[in-house]
Amino acid sequence: MSYELVAGLETHVELSTKAKIFCQCTTEFGGDPNTHCCPICMGMPGTLPKLNKKVVEYAVKAGLATNCKIRNVSKMDRKNYTYPDLPKAYQISQFDKPICYDGYIKLSSGKNIRINRIHIEEDAGKLIHEGGDTYIDYNRGGVPLIEIVTEPDFRSIDEVIEYLEKLRLIMKYIGVSDVKMQEGSLRCDVNISARKKGDEKFGTRTEIKNMNSLNFIAKAMEYEFNRHVDILESGGVIDQETRRYDSALNITESMRDKEDEDDYRYFRDPDLVNIIISEEEINKLKVELPQLPDKKLDIFMNEYGLPKDDADLLIKYKKIAEYFEEASKGIKNKKLVSNYILSQVYRRMPTDSDKEECSVSLPPKYLGELISLLENKKINSSMASQALEKMLDTGKPVSEFISKKDMEGIDEGLLREICLRAVDENKEAVESYLGGKEKAFGAIIGYIMKETRGKADPQKAAEIVKEIIKTS
Amino acid sequence: MSKIKKLQKLLESKEITCAELTERYLQNIERQNKTINAYIKVTAEEALETAKKVDEKIAAGEKLMPLEGIPMSLKDNISTKGIETTCCSKMLQGYCPIYDASVWESLKNQNSVLLGKTNMDEFAMGSSCETSIFGVTLNPRNTDYVAGGSSGGAAASVAGDMAVFGIGSDTGGSIRQPASFCGLVGFKPTYGTVSRYGLIAYASSLDQIGPITGSVEDAAIIYDCLSSYDPKDSTSVGSKTGTRDKIKDSIKGMKIGIIQEFFDGINKDVKSSLEEAIRVYQDAGTQIVPFEMPKLNAVLPVYFIISCAEASSNLGRYDGIRYGYTSDAYKDINEMICKNRSEGFGKEVQRRILLGTYALSSGKYDAYYKKAQSLRYSIIRDFKKIFENCDLILTPSVPVTAYKKGQALVDPIEIYMMDICTVPANIAGLPAVSVPCGFDENNLPIGMQLIGNNFEDYKVLNAAYQFEKLTGESFLRPEVEI
Repeated sequence: MSYELVAGLETHVELSTKAKIFCQCTTEFGGDPNTHCCPICMGMPGTLPKLNKKVVEYAVKAGLATNCKIRNVSKMDRKNYTYPDLPKAYQISQFDKPICYDGYIKLSSGKNIRINRIHIEEDAGKLIHEGGDTYIDYNRGGVPLIEIVTEPDFRSIDEVIEYLEKLRLIMKYIGVSDVKMQEGSLRCDVNISARKKGDEKFGTRTEIKNMNSLNFIAKAMEYEFNRHVDILESGGVIDQETRRYDSALNITESMRDKEDEDDYRYFRDPDLVNIIISEEEINKLKVELPQLPDKKLDIFMNEYGLPKDDADLLIKYKKIAEYFEEASKGIKNKKLVSNYILSQVYRRMPTDSDKEECSVSLPPKYLGELISLLENKKINSSMASQALEKMLDTGKPVSEFISKKDMEGIDEGLLREICLRAVDENKEAVESYLGGKEKAFGAIIGYIMKETRGKADPQKAAEIVKEIIKTS
Repeated sequence: MSKIKKLQKLLESKEITCAELTERYLQNIERQNKTINAYIKVTAEEALETAKKVDEKIAAGEKLMPLEGIPMSLKDNISTKGIETTCCSKMLQGYCPIYDASVWESLKNQNSVLLGKTNMDEFAMGSSCETSIFGVTLNPRNTDYVAGGSSGGAAASVAGDMAVFGIGSDTGGSIRQPASFCGLVGFKPTYGTVSRYGLIAYASSLDQIGPITGSVEDAAIIYDCLSSYDPKDSTSVGSKTGTRDKIKDSIKGMKIGIIQEFFDGINKDVKSSLEEAIRVYQDAGTQIVPFEMPKLNAVLPVYFIISCAEASSNLGRYDGIRYGYTSDAYKDINEMICKNRSEGFGKEVQRRILLGTYALSSGKYDAYYKKAQSLRYSIIRDFKKIFENCDLILTPSVPVTAYKKGQALVDPIEIYMMDICTVPANIAGLPAVSVPCGFDENNLPIGMQLIGNNFEDYKVLNAAYQFEKLTGESFLRPEVEI
C-alpha cells in the first residue's frame, strides 16, 4: 500500500527590529545572560507592555510579501501557561484576529502553499541547564516574532524545504528578519500525517516542535512519516500528540499527548489597545516593499535571458542580485555579467555572510564598464579576466589597468606573424593536436597569449592557427 | 477647606518647617498606628530627607509645586523603587521593586513627603483589609469597626491624621468604600486618566489609581497633578487639567440622575441621608431626573467574572522563582511552583484565581467570560444613554456603613453584594467620587457617590465640592490642629 505525506507548517520568524516588542531593550542576539532586559520584559509586577510600532509594520510587510490580506483592526491576546522562561506566565500573542491572513507562497512547480495566518507575538527567554542546575536567561524574552501558519498543503518533504527556503529569502529581501537558523531566528513546528494514496480524509496528525535546521526538518519528517506508515500498516492508530526531534538519535519522541495539552485560556490583553492600520498605511508599506525574489527571477530569466541556474544563484542573495542589476545596466549581453559575477566576483566572497553583504569593494558600475569594453570587443576575455582580478584587489576602475593603447589590440598582420612563430616553435603540440589531442591546442594559444602579453583575441588567434596548420 | 493649600501657606510663610510638619505626622503614626494599623511600613528616613529638601527650597525663596512638602501615604500595591512593595501578601514579602510606578514618580518629582506604605486587602481583593497578612486596619472613627478596603490603610492614614492624603487604587470600589466608611473623600478618576504603570495589577481593565482626602478640593489638586498621558501605559489617555478651578463653578441647572435600583434595600440611615442630600441639590437649583437600569443585577456577576479572570492571568507570574515567597522543600519545578503559590497566596486570592481560571477555561469561556464581556458592553451602552440626559448619577457609596471587625470574613458573599453601588463605575470606566453626607445611629460616616460621564471628572468633583459648601462642610472630619 502506498501512502501520501500531508504536512502543514508553523514557522516562527524573529523580527529584526532594534527594540523588543513591548519595551526598549535591544533584540541583539547573545550578550551576557540577562543584560538585554528591563522590568517590562522581565515581567516585574506592575509593569505594562507598550507595542512597538515597527513590529506591526514588519508583520504587515511580511504579510504583503506573502500575498496575505491585512486586518485593519486587530488585537493582542494573552496565552496563559506556566513555564520559568515566560516571566509573566502568559505570552502576549494574537488569537482570533491575526494581523495577516489568507496568503500563499508559490512553489517552482506552480503549486500554491496557502498561508492561513501570520500573527505577532513575543518570544520567551531561554533555560540553560548546567551541572544539574537550571539557569534562566531572559535576553530573548520579548524579542518580536511572527508566526506564519500554512494550511496542510505540503505533500512531500521537498515541498516543505522549498517553501522554507523561499520564505527565508522573502523575509531577508523585505528586511524584516535576518533569518539565521543557527541563532534560532527561524524555527519550525511541523504538523504531519499519512494517508493512503487517493484518500480524501486526512490521517491523524502529530506535531514535531521547534526545529531550526532544514536538514533536521527533512530528517525528522522522514522519520515521522515512516513511523506513521509503519503504525498504519500494522493496523495501529496514530495518537494525536506533540513530539520532539532528537537529532543525535535521528528519532522523534513523544513530549505530551492530547490530554496533557495546555488550556491556554486565551483572552484579550486588557493592557493593550486595538491595533488599527488604515488602508493608507498599508499602501505606504506596500510601496516600501522591494522587488521580491520571484519577480527578480522572472525578470532575470525572461527579460535578461539568463539560464535558470544563473538566475537562481543570483537571487539567492539580495545584495548580489542588486550588484548584478547595477553592473548590467546598459549591457546587452547580461549573461556575460552573470558569468563574471558567478565566477571571479563570487570567489572573493567565500562565506555565506560575505555573500549576504556582497562584500566586494569593487563598485558594480566598474564591473559594468569592464563588461562593456568586452561586449564591444575593445578587449578580449582574457584581458578582461586579468583586469578584473586587479580591479577586485583594489576596487579601482578598469582604466587603471588597461590603457587606450592596450585596447587597440594588435593588428592582424602582427598576429599572423606571431601565430606562424607559435606553430613553428610548438611542433610537438601541433603533432599531438593533429593526432587528435584537442588539449594540445591550448598550449599553442597559450604561447600566443604570452607573446602578446594577453592582448591577442584568443578566438581570432585560434582561427589563424587552425588555418596555418591546415594549409601547411 | 483644602488642607493641602492651608499647609503650603504655613510652609511658605515659614510658620512651620516641612521637617517639623513631617515629624508631627510621624509622631501621629507612632502614637496611633499600633492600634489602627494603617501603615505596614513607615519610611521616616526618606520622609525627613524629602522634607529637608523642601525646607531648603523654601529658604531659597522658591515657589512650591502643588503637592510639594505634603506628607502622604501610598497603598502597598504601588511600586516604589527600593522600598518593599508587598500587596500585603506573603507571596511578595521581601520584594523590592527596581523601578518606580509612574504615579509615585510624579509625586516624587513634586517632593511630596512619603510617610509610608499603607495596608490593603491581599492583592486588593477584599473590602475590609482583613485578607492582608498584616491584619485588619481599624476605623479611626470607631475602632470597633473596620476602615474598609481594599484601600483601608490609605483611608485610615488620612482619617487618623497620619497623612494629608493617601493614594489608593480602586477596582470595584476600593477607594470609595473605605473613604465612605471613614468619612472622607475618595475619588476614582476616569479609566485611563491616571497611569497604571507600576500599580501591581489585580484586574487591569478595572484598576484605577486615585486619591483619598479630607476634602474635595484636595482631591482635585491631586487629580490635576496625577492625570496626564503616560507613554508607558497603552491605556493611558491623559486628561485636561485645571480641575481645581472648575470645581468652583455653579451647579445651577445641572441634571442629576437617580437610579431607583441603587436605593432598593439599603440601610435606612443611609437612605435618609441620601434623600437629604438630594434635597440639598434640589434647593441648589439642580434638576433631579429619575432613570431605570434593569441590568444592574448583572453588574456584580460581570464584575466578578471579569476581575477574577484577569486576576488569574495577572497573578500567574508569582511563582516564587525570581522574587517573592519560596517554599523550603520541593521535589521538582512543578511542585516548587505549586507549593510557592499554595503557601504564598491567601484564601481569598486563591478563591479568585480559581474562579477566574474556570471562567476562562476552554468549554467554559463562552458561558462565563464572553458573556460577561458582552454584558459589560451593554452596561456601558446603558450608561452612555443615561448620560445623554443627565450630567451625573447620584447613588449611595455603599448600602451600609462600616462593617464590624470580623464581619466580612463570616459572610463573604454578603460582603461582595455591598459593592453593588461602586462596581458599575469600574465596569464602565467612569469617574466617581464618594463624599461624606451624614452619620448613622452609631455615628459612623455615610458616603454619597456621584458618577460622571467619561472624562467629565471635573463635573463629578464640581458637584461634590458644591455639596461640601452647601452643607457647611458639616460632614467633614473636624479639623485637627497640627
